Amino acid sequence: MKTNQLNLTFSSIAENVSIARLLIASVGAQLDLPLNDLEELKVAVSEAVSNAIIHGYQNNPGHIVYLDLNITGDRLKIVVKDEGCGITDIDQAMQPAFSTDPERMGLGFVFMQSFMDELQVDSKLEVGTTVTMIKHLKQTPIVSH
Amino acid sequence: MVLKLDKKIERLTLLLRLDGELDMNTASLVRQAIDVEIEKRGIRSVILNLQDVRFVDSSGLGVIIGRYKKLLPLGGNIKITNVPPHIYKIMELSGLPKIINFYADEAHAYEEGRGA
Repeated sequence: MKTNQLNLTFSSIAENVSIARLLIASVGAQLDLPLNDLEELKVAVSEAVSNAIIHGYQNNPGHIVYLDLNITGDRLKIVVKDEGCGITDIDQAMQPAFSTDPERMGLGFVFMQSFMDELQVDSKLEVGTTVTMIKHLKQTPIVSH
Repeated sequence: MVLKLDKKIERLTLLLRLDGELDMNTASLVRQAIDVEIEKRGIRSVILNLQDVRFVDSSGLGVIIGRYKKLLPLGGNIKITNVPPHIYKIMELSGLPKIINFYADEAHAYEEGRGA
């Protein structure tokens, strides 16, 4: 069974969102995922990491975001964690079009939900937020002769 | 820089060609580039050419929606052209094409609204 684990910790600055995307894109390419899946994974990671920086850490650059990737068999698990302010009402935050900022569309969780097979958000005020996303990797069909 | 902007102004229309990734890091560049022309030159029409945009997420869509909301009460509009298919899929999921007009290319965007 294929297993692999990667952990990236980085400062809570906007420039690092594209680096987080690079990591998931590289891992996805290694798993031979179709281009469409790669694009969707990049968006999901981008949303989770952006949320950690913008909401978790309120755009304060002096903090750390954790991105953990874990591949076990046909399961890709992505965990994005911050030790920021936490979410007051998770159900409300996950509603489409809910945003605390008029410039934003409140679509972050909608994209994560649409592009991943499972999404779990755990949050505690003043402790932080952990977003766990799971993608079931399609088995490569075995050609029998 | 992960996003390059190419600006062209013709009368009261700003044409902005984007090249790169549109996320929370680069959204502010687009916001500033458009808002400065709205405020200083009285630009009322913006054409966004997204041909060379390789990535967009909700932060990128947010800056487009934000410009739409800013231009609307001024009697202005924003048009999008040359969207790559994988970028369009994200935009479609967000409902953006329901409120903003998309065009195959810049010529079509200029043509519409010119008053035939």
